[in-house]
Amino acid sequence: MNAYFHLWLIPLAPFAGFLINGILGRRLPKWLVTTVALLTPLAAFGVVLNAALGFFGIGKGVIPVIGSLPLPFTETFPLPWIDIGSLRVDFSFVLDQLSLVMLLVVTGVGFLIHIYSVGYMGGEKGYARYFSFLNLFLFFMTVLVLAGNALVMFIGWEGVGLASYLLIGFWFQKKSAADAGKKAFIVNRIGDFGFLIGMFLLLANFGTLSFSAIGEKLIANPGWQGGVLTVIALCLLLGATGKSAQLPLYIWLPDAMEGPTPVSALIHAATMVTAGVYMITRTHVLFDHSPFALGAVAVVGAATALLAATIGTVEHDIKRVLAYSTISQLGYMFLGCGVAAYSAAIFHLVTHAFFKALLFLAAGSVIHAVGGEQDLRRLGGLWKKLPVTFAVTTIGVLAIAGFYPFAGFYSKDAILYAAFLQGAGGKALWFVGLVTALLTSYYMFRLWYKTFLGKPSSPEAHPHECPWSMMVPLLILAALSICGGWIGMERFGAFLAPAVGVKSMAGNAQLELNLSIAAVAVALLGWLAADRFYRQRPRWASHQAHVNPRIYGLVLHKYYVDEIYGALIVKPLFGISKYLLGWFVDTALLGGGAWLLGGTAQFAGALLQRWQSGNLRSYAAWLAAGAAALLLFIVVPWSTIWPASLNLIFKMAGH
Amino acid sequence: MNSLFLQEVPLSWYLLLSAVLFALGIVGFLIKRNLITVFMSIELMLNAVNLSFVTFAHQWHAVKGQIFVFFVMMVAAAEAAVGLAIIIAVFRARATLSVDRIDLMKL
Repeated sequence: MNAYFHLWLIPLAPFAGFLINGILGRRLPKWLVTTVALLTPLAAFGVVLNAALGFFGIGKGVIPVIGSLPLPFTETFPLPWIDIGSLRVDFSFVLDQLSLVMLLVVTGVGFLIHIYSVGYMGGEKGYARYFSFLNLFLFFMTVLVLAGNALVMFIGWEGVGLASYLLIGFWFQKKSAADAGKKAFIVNRIGDFGFLIGMFLLLANFGTLSFSAIGEKLIANPGWQGGVLTVIALCLLLGATGKSAQLPLYIWLPDAMEGPTPVSALIHAATMVTAGVYMITRTHVLFDHSPFALGAVAVVGAATALLAATIGTVEHDIKRVLAYSTISQLGYMFLGCGVAAYSAAIFHLVTHAFFKALLFLAAGSVIHAVGGEQDLRRLGGLWKKLPVTFAVTTIGVLAIAGFYPFAGFYSKDAILYAAFLQGAGGKALWFVGLVTALLTSYYMFRLWYKTFLGKPSSPEAHPHECPWSMMVPLLILAALSICGGWIGMERFGAFLAPAVGVKSMAGNAQLELNLSIAAVAVALLGWLAADRFYRQRPRWASHQAHVNPRIYGLVLHKYYVDEIYGALIVKPLFGISKYLLGWFVDTALLGGGAWLLGGTAQFAGALLQRWQSGNLRSYAAWLAAGAAALLLFIVVPWSTIWPASLNLIFKMAGH
Repeated sequence: MNSLFLQEVPLSWYLLLSAVLFALGIVGFLIKRNLITVFMSIELMLNAVNLSFVTFAHQWHAVKGQIFVFFVMMVAAAEAAVGLAIIIAVFRARATLSVDRIDLMKL
């Protein structure tokens, strides 16, 4: 360790980029904007990589500023942030194994997507604005990950929500984009409410918000189970469902696809939406002390995974298919957290970041190539025109479907294995996970067939492969999607163990192998189904839609969840706002009150203005009358004249 | 010498005279329409007050009251100068000195 290494350098670099491009971006030449936008995340990634190498003791001689780095490494701002009575909240950053992994993903994938954006957003009007927001996102995300206590995490939590809002609504001239941004922000507020309540309860019961202090207190009291801990954990879970798009708050994520595709890749697939998983893992000691809350996490995850996967099978928009797939995969991570396999969940988070970022960027490449078309029904036969995109998408699809030896296989397998070992309930969760894996494979290959195979839908169009700045990140992410899982669950789990604890597994290698074979088998089954329905008999799917219009319609309309929320929550709220608050409180009470006040003053003024006649003698008469009255008041002994009850008044008047 | 004089004229008479003069001033102020008469009524009220000041000063052997009278006279003189100047200015602008017709601040 040495004086040159500081954790605050990591968020500071992107923040500097945000300031420079945000304030000066419009005046700077484009190459300079690009340089600033790319260098700042690269700097952050460099610091993180430096720390990682330092931890592993690699490359000491290569880069002179690193020594060996002991984890966890805490850095606290010398002055307290809040210091009231017994409450003390510091501005502290913590680097441990967990945040190190997250930081590598956030800054690494983030940097790749910055590069991609240079090509993708090259022709856009708000080029500097886009990059300043993207840098702002990285700033808040690294703050969130590095946070040493819940309040610092909350800064990042709200900040990434802000960045997400700004980027979803990047094309704010389009009403649907502006609306989607608002929806994401408002739905997230509901989750934030849970996070806040959870934080207040933590303060009330632990007197601290520091993660490590909470952990120590719980370890000192192993008998403390359930009760208020369950309430806290459920509040935090509500926060996590908002940010990570889980039931019941997942509805904002598909709409968030209105943003630019690299944003969808970075924020709405790889990093920000995993903040909920990260938060649960960060506060895992609380969940470990509350079996009920843990079970709730698992059930939420499994239900979301299945529900989103079914919707994914009928979506027509290429980005929305990926959005539902993201929700589904996040459900897997929650499932992993819920069976206390935190390291497996984080492992899936990492591999998912690779292959989902890859799939989104590849989808962006397709959209870029065909001039903005996103509807699967109007795409097709692109494999010849876009060979590289086709190849990397294939890798991504194989990875997400969980084929050996791609990254998704290892992490998904680890979660399913951990679930299977959790007794009878765990076996049910495992089964749901397996069905989801089948559906995942099916809808991803459906997307693959519809986009790249089949006959080209518009022969007059001339799709072209994207520029190198978009190609390089695709290739790197494709490589990571292949090899990302090779580290293996055992080594990954052992690395994370100091931060998230070790989960004792009562399984054996044979069982694990059997389960892997089952998982790959269902993935293959999904592929075959997609192959049959979309290649061999392309009419079959639409035929089924006609035969079972109700089921198809139900799924196509996403189970009418948006409509149900609209009828149950949004409409009553609108009603309350319009009639109770708008009409009654605002117009009647406040408006009427203001009108009454103003009217009284006007009326009084109209009366009193006659007094001010301008006639000198009338003024003099009033003056004389006033003086006479005053004299009368002072001279006459009222207290003897008036009844005793009125005496008091005069006494009070000092008479 | 003074005490001899005062023994013959009681305190209340002085005060009564002062009150009568003051009341006359008020009445003149209220009922007269000529600005100059109104102005003179004000002077009358001031002098009525001066009279009671002197009376009390003498009664209580306090010199403060007499000093006050000098102040009042000084202010009255200054006021007369300013007031007459204003009256002349008003007369030039309006060609009238009737207070009932001078009821606007602006010309």
